[in-house]
Amino acid sequence: MKSMGNRVPAKNFEKRKEFNMGMTITEKILALHAGLDKVEPGQLIMANVDLALGNDVTAPIAIDEFKRHGGKEVFDKSKVVLVPDHFAPNKDIKSAIQCKILRDFAKEKGIVNYFEIGKMGIEHALLPESGLVAPGDLVIGADSHTCTYGALGAFSTGVGSTDLAAAMLSGKAWFKVPPTVKFIYRTDNKGKLKKWVYGKDVILFTIGEIGVDGALYKSMEFTGNVIDVMNMSERFTMCNMVIEAGGKNGIIVPDITTVNYVNQRVKRSYTLFTSDKDASYEKIYEYDLTNLKPQVALPHLPENTRNIDEIGKIEIDQAFVGSCTNGWIEDLRIAASIMKNRKVNPNVRMIVIPATTQIYQQALKEGLIEIFIQAGAVFSTPTCGPCLGGHMGVLAPGERAIATTNRNFRGRMGDLNSEVYLANPAIVAASAILGRIGSPEELGIKE
Amino acid sequence: MIIRGNAHVFGNDIDTDVIIPARYLNTFDHDELAKHAMEGIEPEFYKKVTRGDIIVAGSNFGSGSSREHAPIAIMATGISLVIAKSFARIFYRNAFNIGLPLLEVKDDIDSIKTGTPLEVNLDTGLIKELLTNKVYKATPIPEFMQELLSAGGLMNYMEKKVLKR
Repeated sequence: MKSMGNRVPAKNFEKRKEFNMGMTITEKILALHAGLDKVEPGQLIMANVDLALGNDVTAPIAIDEFKRHGGKEVFDKSKVVLVPDHFAPNKDIKSAIQCKILRDFAKEKGIVNYFEIGKMGIEHALLPESGLVAPGDLVIGADSHTCTYGALGAFSTGVGSTDLAAAMLSGKAWFKVPPTVKFIYRTDNKGKLKKWVYGKDVILFTIGEIGVDGALYKSMEFTGNVIDVMNMSERFTMCNMVIEAGGKNGIIVPDITTVNYVNQRVKRSYTLFTSDKDASYEKIYEYDLTNLKPQVALPHLPENTRNIDEIGKIEIDQAFVGSCTNGWIEDLRIAASIMKNRKVNPNVRMIVIPATTQIYQQALKEGLIEIFIQAGAVFSTPTCGPCLGGHMGVLAPGERAIATTNRNFRGRMGDLNSEVYLANPAIVAASAILGRIGSPEELGIKE
Repeated sequence: MIIRGNAHVFGNDIDTDVIIPARYLNTFDHDELAKHAMEGIEPEFYKKVTRGDIIVAGSNFGSGSSREHAPIAIMATGISLVIAKSFARIFYRNAFNIGLPLLEVKDDIDSIKTGTPLEVNLDTGLIKELLTNKVYKATPIPEFMQELLSAGGLMNYMEKKVLKR
């Protein structure tokens, strides 16, 4: 794989050549950003960040801390990103105040990458789409799903508000270098998964196998012929959910799919890293996914996964396609292909939310919105909204939803006595029509 | 440093949506957050806490979201320390970043019940049940986390050690 250029100081780039063999992509990116030749799992480092991200829930605390500690200017106006996405468009007065704190701070400090509604999208789809994250970057975000950008071959991880405040002030963050766990996914069919099976199912299956703390503090590196032929949106979905296994970051070594995605978006030069053949892994999991079926995670943990045909008759009140996990255009296309010329079950409320404004426009162009509305679903402007029980589809006591989201913790989407089932967009769309959790095959849809 | 307080016991996988449900994230007022701390599993938890008390939990405490509101809410109730078999990593860094100490205990701590008076030595990691003198050994707090605690959190640490001002 050829290097795509060099966006780090030449001195450090020289060091890269001197890396002793035996490092994973995660270790290489961390070492480079800490100005070190080599790092090892367990080592504590202070590293430079390429991007520091906050949203309307986490950034207000960071801004408060930043100011209390005498912060005048942010370390780099183009490297701080503020996205009001959780409770925006403002759902109530308190949320309006939170969003105003971001807006005022962005204006005051000249922060280039502040995204007002109209341009706004869910941060973890918006940043890759806007070309703000490039392979080889080190990104922190005060949001746990910041791990999404590992799909681009970047090291990215979720941190807290105080970490964001410290990074806005200094451009640095502390890390304990994680051990890396490698996942090799193969199928007999050159990496192709069965119909109605996607990256979402691969990651749900994995969390079911290793548990919600199965990768606690660890880096999860995804490889194998399944990954080789997987599109970017499904790779994002997989890396997005590593936090649901306790992972620090998820990462995929960049390839031609990555480069094609990035070159349409990223303006600056970047560096592609790969894991050395003799890199050391704490553990290697190898899975044959030839016969993998769509997965559903039952309440109240993402590890409670079952095959779609093993869950019995579970009626639903709400179906939701969206979130940073599955709000991509590809996800909307899948859902629309199932909902076309069909009607949402009268007992179900169906909500579709594109992750970004660009995805919204694309869905409009392709006629997907028309299909959803004709079917009886609602289609909204981008927001995290119902995923975290914020707004736009909160559940009442005793209600049950199936969603393309990432977490089904108790009370996640509303009342403590509501339930969330996690699945891919095909299953969610089919379930909306069936009125119970089921697959497109039950609607007679084949290829 | 010695901490004395009564235990409040919780199970495994206590996630951040349970610690502070997202509907309260539209503010970061500490007193307001304290009122909803642990609401997903024990409503009105703050009324049961006496300043200095200790949370004792199972594995993967604080899993899920990166919301710093979680350790803030816990701290704002008056809880002085969280002991667990393991912690989710963002919760772990958030807690030390804001000055809430955490102790990881590999020993079986199931005999500790809610209300059990405890004495904890943060320097040695020794946890004592005061009524029975039963002692558990926690993994000592790593050096860097101790530095964060003694600096009074990450921001003070960065000012002194990294920005040197």
